[in-house]
Amino acid sequence: GCLRQQPGKIHFILLFSRQGKLRLQKWYTTLPEKEKKKITREIVQIILARNQKTSSFVDWKDLKLVYKRYASLYFCCAIEDQDNELLTLEVVHRYVELLDRYFGNVCELDIIFNFEKAYFILDEFIMGGEVQETSKKSAVKAIEDSDMLQETVEEYMNKPAF
Amino acid sequence: MKECMVRLIYCEMLGYESSFGYIHAIKLAQQGNLLEKRVGYLAVSLFLHENHELLLLLVNTVVKDLQSTNLVEVCMALTIVSQIFPREMIPAVLPLIEDKLQHSKEIIRRKAVQALYKFYLIAPNQVQHIHDKFRKALCDRDVGVMAASLHIYLQMVKENSSGYKDLTGSFVTILKQVVGGKLPIDFNYHSVPAPWLQIQLLRILGLLGKDDPRTSELMYDVLDESLRRAEINHNITYAILFECVQTIYTIHPKSELLEKAAKCIGKFVLSSKINLKYLGLKALTYVIQQDPNLALQHQMTIIECLDHPDPIIKRETLELLYRITNGQNVIVIVQKMLDYLKQSKEEYTIISLAGKIAELAEKYAPDNEWFIQTMNAVFSVGGDVVHPDIPNNFLRLLAEGFDDGKEDEQLRLYAVQSYLALLEEEDAFYPQKFLQVMSWVLGEYSSLVTDVDTEIILTRLHRLLKKTFVTPETKAWIMAAVTKIASRTSCSKTVDKLIQEFSTSLDTCMRQYAFELKHLCEDKVLMKSLLPFDASCNDIVVDASLSFLDGFVAEGLGHGAAPYKPHHQRQEEKLSQEKALNFEPYGLSFASSMSSSGFTGRQSPTGLSFGSDTSGNSAETGHKETNSLKLDGVRKLWGKEGYLPKKENKIGKEDEPLTVPCGSLLAGHVADPPVSQSDQVATLSEEEKEKQQLASTLFVGLGSNAGVSLMGKADMATQKFKRKSKINETQNTEETPDIQNSAALALGPLLDTLPSNKEGHEGDEHTRLRKASPCSSDTVEDNLAFEKPQSLKKPGLDNKLLHSSLSSSSLFADSNIEIFHPLPSAQCESANKTLLAPSLPGELAELPHSEVVELCQSDDLALHLCKVWTDDSLLLAVFVSNKNTSALNAVNLVFEKAEHFRILESPAYQFSVIEAQSVEHCQQCVQMDKICTQGILSGSINYQSEMETRLEFSITLSLLDFIRPMEMTTEDFGRLWLSLSNDVKQNLKMSSQDSFSAALNTLQQKLKLHIVDIIGNEGILACQLLSSVPCLLHCRIHAGMLALWFRSPCSALPDSLLYQCQKSQHSDLSELAS
Repeated sequence: GCLRQQPGKIHFILLFSRQGKLRLQKWYTTLPEKEKKKITREIVQIILARNQKTSSFVDWKDLKLVYKRYASLYFCCAIEDQDNELLTLEVVHRYVELLDRYFGNVCELDIIFNFEKAYFILDEFIMGGEVQETSKKSAVKAIEDSDMLQETVEEYMNKPAF
Repeated sequence: MKECMVRLIYCEMLGYESSFGYIHAIKLAQQGNLLEKRVGYLAVSLFLHENHELLLLLVNTVVKDLQSTNLVEVCMALTIVSQIFPREMIPAVLPLIEDKLQHSKEIIRRKAVQALYKFYLIAPNQVQHIHDKFRKALCDRDVGVMAASLHIYLQMVKENSSGYKDLTGSFVTILKQVVGGKLPIDFNYHSVPAPWLQIQLLRILGLLGKDDPRTSELMYDVLDESLRRAEINHNITYAILFECVQTIYTIHPKSELLEKAAKCIGKFVLSSKINLKYLGLKALTYVIQQDPNLALQHQMTIIECLDHPDPIIKRETLELLYRITNGQNVIVIVQKMLDYLKQSKEEYTIISLAGKIAELAEKYAPDNEWFIQTMNAVFSVGGDVVHPDIPNNFLRLLAEGFDDGKEDEQLRLYAVQSYLALLEEEDAFYPQKFLQVMSWVLGEYSSLVTDVDTEIILTRLHRLLKKTFVTPETKAWIMAAVTKIASRTSCSKTVDKLIQEFSTSLDTCMRQYAFELKHLCEDKVLMKSLLPFDASCNDIVVDASLSFLDGFVAEGLGHGAAPYKPHHQRQEEKLSQEKALNFEPYGLSFASSMSSSGFTGRQSPTGLSFGSDTSGNSAETGHKETNSLKLDGVRKLWGKEGYLPKKENKIGKEDEPLTVPCGSLLAGHVADPPVSQSDQVATLSEEEKEKQQLASTLFVGLGSNAGVSLMGKADMATQKFKRKSKINETQNTEETPDIQNSAALALGPLLDTLPSNKEGHEGDEHTRLRKASPCSSDTVEDNLAFEKPQSLKKPGLDNKLLHSSLSSSSLFADSNIEIFHPLPSAQCESANKTLLAPSLPGELAELPHSEVVELCQSDDLALHLCKVWTDDSLLLAVFVSNKNTSALNAVNLVFEKAEHFRILESPAYQFSVIEAQSVEHCQQCVQMDKICTQGILSGSINYQSEMETRLEFSITLSLLDFIRPMEMTTEDFGRLWLSLSNDVKQNLKMSSQDSFSAALNTLQQKLKLHIVDIIGNEGILACQLLSSVPCLLHCRIHAGMLALWFRSPCSALPDSLLYQCQKSQHSDLSELAS
């Protein structure tokens, strides 16, 4: 577990498809690999089994799961019991917006094929399980900047050396 | 490679083993081009965890990238640091990151703040010195940077809200600006300005205003505005409103605001959206204790939620009801909770719910019958996952009883009757914990039942023993019960049968119990005296120190056995051996006295045997044990006469966690609630009526709106089963202080072996130290702490004392403290006008001192400094040279207050006149208050020439300026070593074997350590931090490594010294070695 309890901290984020395939995972608490797999399996099952009319929150152990479905993808965060579930729902939404802005009309395939980019965006937005209040522009810009720089470097590297 | 890494990440996500690639992720981050580096860092952050050994390999890369001129690289390095970084390597990057706080790019500043936040979380001590910079970040012109710093503040305020009250105004102003829409439009989220920032601020304000009317006063306005502004119908506004309401109910209340907040909650609760409804219930639960009327307002909604199909809503409703339970509605509410409990399968829910039911039952039980049956339901439904406190508390409650003896008896009687009824059923299955409770109660109180033959009770217990689902632990409980009952009957067929049956049991424990029972039965008198009736609360005198074993222990040690090491110490040692570098202080060892015996021969710093201390140690251990309650279970098993069987055994068990499975047949035994819900009438009106009825039972006794005047009755909900605090924990401590004293006295003779040159006080000083050494480290620290202020008040006398006991070494061999004392009057001796070249006055010049360096200079004067390392202090000799041709009047020298240092006397000094072309000097005695490896003491000098002129200067002081050798004998070392608790161990590499003495010499010269003794390839050294904090070092050379082991009463000191060691090693040890 973490050393100290931080208010508003997200413990982990999982993205998975309607078929239960994991698409992205980010853990903000240290857990052994085995444990992570077990938890993931359990949570995917719990959430896929929920019907649409229920709330977006589920009790899970001493944590709460907050989830939302976007098209074929489920976004799920685990937070502490006394945290603000509604806010976490908006965290998810904000992340989707950021992805959307970067990819332009994001879909599941974007995340499958560029999932490292999805991670980069997440790291700009959430750090150590806590949301960094930044303008949407600057978060995406940070990624694009480094993308650009890198692409030019890459182009440079790929140029024939004569 | 980059593509491979991305695929590897993907593979790991799919669940395939990919640890073979971790090292490549690090390599990629290290060697790749920018694009690859980014993926490398990403892979590292996803693959590794905080304590992963490979992480150390990343440190160098991070340091390099932090220094890069490429912003993207710096960004990446900062990102990885804020995600994952080895705690012990923080010092390596900290200065670099601090620099970044001044970076021109806001993104870099923001990330630097994030990294510092991370450091604050994992090692708060290491960023203590940059709290000022956090404040600067809070005032940053960029919103992102400011927002990042709020994370740090939230955490700090949470830990110590009183320390940040002065910032309340700033937080309020920031929130006002945010709410007022003063932020750049970029930060809007669905046209709400910076919602995360707002919430962060609301949380901080809540913490600051809690129980503090004055601070709360400052925030009422802005909270009111926040409530008003959050109008748009969007989730994010509701999220803010929720936080707002929480804050309003957390801080000192203001009725106007509370009203508005209550209205707000109404909006949530009445919403048709489930998510909002849930949040409304949550808010209601939060505020309901302060304002139960709110529950009445929403009672119909609450009733509806109680049967909501979504379990989370149901549970939150129960949580709410739990908070408003009183003596009048307890039956209904507990029934609702039990219903939910029976449906739950999730372990965590069961544990928490069972705990709450048990708590309510204990607090508000209307009568015995209900209480016992509710607890029966809890035990049988909760099964073996329930918290061990529940059966323990329950049994204690039965055993200790209340003030009314008759009532007690009835409760016990009822319990016995109900258990007998439960056990009547042949094939019933009960959880283990429940069975244990039953058998304890039957064993203790079955004789209260007069209409049932004991033989029947014994038969039922006997039947249980043969059941396969009963675990060995439970069997032990049952056997204990049988024994107790047997002691009260003359002879019993069942008991005989039982003895016979289990005397040949394959289970050794059972066989043992059977034999014990048999022997006890043969001696009824002994049995009766061992097992008195209803004496479970009587105290048993136990020799907790196990002093009767001392002889045995001493003998064992005499035969060369290794002394006992407590478990935690063994673990600690193992851990410290595993860790590579540890800059962090270890936490105070739980019982350092135990560590005193914790040496194996190999690790003993002197190679001496400490066997002579054992009796003292054992007494110490006993003392510790009686202070901690945990041993309740253990100590009652053994006494002076040896094993105290049965009876004590049971009492011990009572405190043990009980383990047990699960069944659900108790439904029938729970008293029917007054409201019957099972009426399956489907008509709407009936249902409505039912709900109304339920509401009236649920919300009875809440506030004045309840129709009937129930106001007074709410208070009647007194705790029925008030626990008597009868348990006597401190009983056994009585004799231990004596033992401790005698242990200290026993060391008296050792004082005779003191080093030579002693004066009158010296003996006392030594005695004190000696006495302290066998005690826990706290005592040592206390002693030291006590000495410190004294020595400040009368430095003349006390420093002398300290000096005589603790100092002088080869480095300072020629020193003579008589020459110079920083007496208050002698604080600044203006003297010796030499010509412009400043030099130390004669008596100081004989002491070890630094070169004279220039601090600052102007046209009129120059300031020079010389550090003089006297034995008991650091003297700063400041020389002021007047370069003018005319005299300077009223020259003021002022030192600023520094975090780590303290000027012993007044920090200001005035030279009334400095003649032309002459030098005056003054001396300041400095102490290190907070340990740091290096710190800055700044000051200024001002004078009047043609105009008022002020010159500023700063002096860098290192830890080593305050370290002095500490002379002691090998035995003193050994004893002091044992009494110290803060360990730091580290291996340093040496390039050749034969340089051990050279290495020791380096330590002696560079770190001013005193070499106490050298035995073979081990050496012990000692030094002290002025004034009087000792630090001991044990070093051993082994396979080209120099193993250093520091101990000190102060946790930061060994760390800092180790750091100095490493520094000096880089410059010298390796040199010397080659």
